[in-house]
Amino acid sequence: MAKPRVATTSLAGCFGCHMSLLDIDERILQLIELVDFDKSPIDDFKNFTGRCAVGLIEGGCCNEENVAVLRDFRAHCDVLISVGDCAIMGGIPALRNTIPLEECYREAYLEGPTVHNPAGRIPNDPELPLLLNKVYPCHEVVKVDYHLPGCPPLADTLWQALVALLNNQPLELPYELVKYD
Amino acid sequence: MSQKIELTIDGREISAVPGQTILSAAEEAGVYIPRLCHLKGLTPHGSCRICTVLVNGRPQSACTQPVAPGMLVENDTPKVNGLRRNLLDMLFVEGNHFCMFCEKSGNCELQALAYRFGITAPKYPYMFPQRTLDASHPDILIERNRCILCGRCVRASQELDGKHAFDFIGRGAHKRLHVNAEARLADTDAAVEDRAVAACPVGSLLRKRVGYALPVGRRAYDHQPIGSEISAAAPQG
Repeated sequence: MAKPRVATTSLAGCFGCHMSLLDIDERILQLIELVDFDKSPIDDFKNFTGRCAVGLIEGGCCNEENVAVLRDFRAHCDVLISVGDCAIMGGIPALRNTIPLEECYREAYLEGPTVHNPAGRIPNDPELPLLLNKVYPCHEVVKVDYHLPGCPPLADTLWQALVALLNNQPLELPYELVKYD
Repeated sequence: MSQKIELTIDGREISAVPGQTILSAAEEAGVYIPRLCHLKGLTPHGSCRICTVLVNGRPQSACTQPVAPGMLVENDTPKVNGLRRNLLDMLFVEGNHFCMFCEKSGNCELQALAYRFGITAPKYPYMFPQRTLDASHPDILIERNRCILCGRCVRASQELDGKHAFDFIGRGAHKRLHVNAEARLADTDAAVEDRAVAACPVGSLLRKRVGYALPVGRRAYDHQPIGSEISAAAPQG
């Protein structure tokens, strides 16, 4: 029987949640026995090769590419999990939500103290994904089945969640694993 | 003792004295009723509604409602806890609570209540409101992004410190914590040792230069849910 497939991605996040996934230490060998990784930075697959049992999403949606990737995950994964505070509430990137987008661009490309941009141009190549007006948590864009809070979630949180889901058990986190920091 | 009042909380008979609130009677009997705006020693406020219980089927705030003979109180039931969960969800989306870099994280009562109720994500859309910060005072910081308008600092300043450093202005979604000065906290007589500063349940009123003093794992709510000490004191049997 083919092993269930797991896909992971990082949207507007810092890869801390992926680091936390690697932080399950030698249990990663057990995980490889249990699952195959599909689209993920872990194996560098750029596209889905088929249907996945579990999709882990790190980071919220700050641009149109994030939204496209997230919708792609929803289309290919049976169970979609928001991993970490950025995916759940926008996190640090969402600090810009109370600042107008124009002001963000001005600070980043024109007026910031470390900016050197004599031409005074704001990047607008069509290759660049368009920024959204706000940073959105994943569950405000697509339906998300579970949330694993934390910045990042503890390795044990990720491990317990994956083991529960892959064994068709209910995902119940003990008190010590529900943390927002 | 003819002055005793008998009532029932979640099927358990407890006794109280006239004039006592449901919350304090429950606490004496070792029953924890979750609360945010209530703080022992301050006049009950009844604003956060987290302590909502059903009294003979009707919702009441336990911190303001006096006991009466024969009351049937529902506290730790799926229905009541569902109401509380919704209130907590609303408190999270109505402010900008970034737990990951908050100095109060691990010791914050709002966060601890969310942990207690096992909230992994609020069900309502985030509002990301525009709020201000007042860092003018040399020793105290007001971070209104995290303020839940519980009024504990307002009452503590008046009732315990004998000052009037804080108050509310505005109505509804525009209500916010203000200081007793033209604009800045620095122009008030607030001092760092005021009870008002320590009264804040969240990371809204902070003492400067003491953040992150306790490492993760040794903070107030790292291992035990908030209220555990009250239920642990319950009489056995």
